[in-house]
Amino acid sequence: MAKSTPPLERMLERGYSQGFVTDVDSDSLPPGLNESVIRQIVAKKNEPEFMLQWRLRAYRHWLTMPVPTWSRVHYAPIDFNAISYYSAPRSRADGPQSLDEVDPEILRTYERLGVPLHERAQLAGVAVDAVFDSVSVATTFQKELAAKGIIFCSFSEAIQKHPALVQRYLGSVVPYTDNFYAALNAAVFSDGSFCYIPNGVRCPMELSTYFRINAANTGQFERTLIIAEDDSFVSYLEGCTAPMRDDNQLHAAVVELVALENAEIKYATVQNWYPGDQDGNGGIFNFVTKRGLCAGAHSKISWTQVETGSAITWKYPSVILKGDYSVGEFYSVALTNNYQQADTGTKMTHLGQHTRSTIISKGISAGHGQNCYRGLVKVGARALDSRNHSQCDSLLIGDTCGAHTLPYIEVRHPQAQVEHEATTTKISDTQLYYCQQRGIDTETAVAMLVSGFCKEVFHKLPMEFAVEAQALMEISLEGTIG
Amino acid sequence: MLSIRNLGVRIDGKPILQGINLEVAAGEVHAIMGPNGSGKSTLAQTLAGHPDYLVSQGQVLYQGQDLLSLNVEQRAAAGIFLAFQYPVEIPGVSNIQFLKSALNCLRKQRGETELDALDFLADVKQKMRQMQMDETLLYRGTNEGFSGGEKKSNEILQLLVLQPQLAILDETDSGLDIDALKRVAAGVNAFRSPERALILVTHYQRLLQYLVPDRVHVLQDGRIIRSGGAELALELEQQGYAPDTPKDSEDAPNQAPEVSDDDG
Ligand SMILES: Nc1ncnc2c1ncn2[C@@H]1O[C@H](COP(=O)(O)OP(=O)(O)OP(=O)(O)O)[C@@H](O)[C@H]1O
Ligand SMILES: [Mg+2]
Repeated sequence: MAKSTPPLERMLERGYSQGFVTDVDSDSLPPGLNESVIRQIVAKKNEPEFMLQWRLRAYRHWLTMPVPTWSRVHYAPIDFNAISYYSAPRSRADGPQSLDEVDPEILRTYERLGVPLHERAQLAGVAVDAVFDSVSVATTFQKELAAKGIIFCSFSEAIQKHPALVQRYLGSVVPYTDNFYAALNAAVFSDGSFCYIPNGVRCPMELSTYFRINAANTGQFERTLIIAEDDSFVSYLEGCTAPMRDDNQLHAAVVELVALENAEIKYATVQNWYPGDQDGNGGIFNFVTKRGLCAGAHSKISWTQVETGSAITWKYPSVILKGDYSVGEFYSVALTNNYQQADTGTKMTHLGQHTRSTIISKGISAGHGQNCYRGLVKVGARALDSRNHSQCDSLLIGDTCGAHTLPYIEVRHPQAQVEHEATTTKISDTQLYYCQQRGIDTETAVAMLVSGFCKEVFHKLPMEFAVEAQALMEISLEGTIG
Repeated sequence: MLSIRNLGVRIDGKPILQGINLEVAAGEVHAIMGPNGSGKSTLAQTLAGHPDYLVSQGQVLYQGQDLLSLNVEQRAAAGIFLAFQYPVEIPGVSNIQFLKSALNCLRKQRGETELDALDFLADVKQKMRQMQMDETLLYRGTNEGFSGGEKKSNEILQLLVLQPQLAILDETDSGLDIDALKRVAAGVNAFRSPERALILVTHYQRLLQYLVPDRVHVLQDGRIIRSGGAELALELEQQGYAPDTPKDSEDAPNQAPEVSDDDG
């Protein structure tokens, strides 16, 4: 009995088209972590004293913390002394003042990745901060944004030019005591993006950070901080890729969002770190802490993520709904293929009154992929009239993968409304056959069925990224080698 | 156009079709009738290439080539279309997207360029008007939550948009109200041409009033036990499928079953 699985399996053999290595001269610290490494990072980056003290406190706290083991992901213990905590393209040592000073090899890298940084080719309507290994190499459209009072720059630059803002908000949403990887990040983070939207300003374009890990044996520890003042709006996008390497590489980022009264922050991620090969060798360990604080009344934070990469994804973009009438949203598509593992979800913490949160999670598992949704909805004792709606759908492709849904609900207000729906479906052979009978080839049919499954989330992405996300899903599901 | 020779099909090892012979020439309409479970859908699905239906014997030639060596989408590209007895729901994939994807894949396989999006939409809408279908169905998930009749009409809409060479309609008339039946029949009549052929699986004479068949075949226990002209359908409707009174076999390519003690 010929079953239609073989073509399905064949097309799931993925190709990773971003797996090339760029040959640049870099300035790196030798592997290892101790206080002297932290002092060297601070010195290289010429950071003020408050940063040094904060990093050292974080490091000392980190030393007291055990490696977390509660998630469903499995990996060999990480040797934190085998990682280099700083790697910067050499040309950056004296700091490029303009794009002309950026190594042309790096500009070419971003061009190959579809994120041209050069003035002539810049993406229309999208300002990009490009982070290469540990440092930001270029930020586009800075002048246009400055005219509106918007600050969009690398974290390093923000520490130099806006230390008061950094000192006030750094760690205010994700303190270094939060968890093991957040503490590590605070101790050693080398760059990232900083964004400040002043009172009453609607950011006129999409802001975007593009992360690229290039150097071998390097961890990338970046930090993003976005502050939206009263009545402001910003839409932010994050993209990531890495070369194909046989070893696992660690990526432990922290993202903090602060939305003040009536402000709205939309944060979208298209994550495409190298997932490892078909047998589960190599790939990025992506251990990320992302959290937003709806500090003011009527504020809104929404996270949208499309996760197709990484060997291991461990991440829970969360919202603390502190302001009354604040709104938190989480829309997620996570795809695991081959031996990828994802333990992802969200936390919605309702503190203020009349707060609302929505969770839509779509997990797709193929090959030997393991996909776990882990979500916490917490309603505090003072959160009168608060509501949550969660919907977690899993799609299985083939018989060797797994999907798990772990919703946690803690309600301390008697009138809270918390709804949770979960479904698990398989791509049915009947649907596939129906498509094929109409002339649609297997690859197109699977991509179409999967994107139909993800539609509610893709609709939340900005237009051009929805197209990219769709293409990425297709690549992740196809056998195409780019 | 289509030549089925001594076709035998098994499902899970169980013989379902046992030596089917059928010749369909371009321009012809053939009706296949027969009791529930006799193998009509099995024949239709086997021609379309369903992977669960294992051909145990025989041969099928389609436009001179060996049909059984082609996979499902190759058969579709070669012009074979099956209107499903139970159309499949595809949630999340809009009807219009499904139609467009199908047409573009078919065009690609035939070495043609993609159709302009606006021309395509205009063409689909015109065909929907012809079928008196509600345009909002285009933007819903393919067949998702469609009523039984809407699903059947949608199969015919796909037929009209995709323009195959050989269409096999598996009980498209079942579940249609009288007006819808007329519209479906009108749609199918519009599809007919001297180059195209049609196989209608049906239980009712009603559809055949509008789509007059050249030949009617009766399938029972996996065999064609009788064949005749359009009048055979009328007779069957009046007398039922009584297999013991074979009447018309003078030009039938099939023999009545001589092994009558084999009750399958
Ligand atoms: N997947 C299957 N597994 C087992 N038996 C099957 C399967 N599909 C069909 N059959 C059997 O094959 C026989 C023929 O079925 P088929 O669907 O071809 O009948 P039909 O003539 O189309 O009937 P109807 O008029 O009810 O649509 C039936 O006995 C049916 O139960
Ligand atoms: Mg049937």
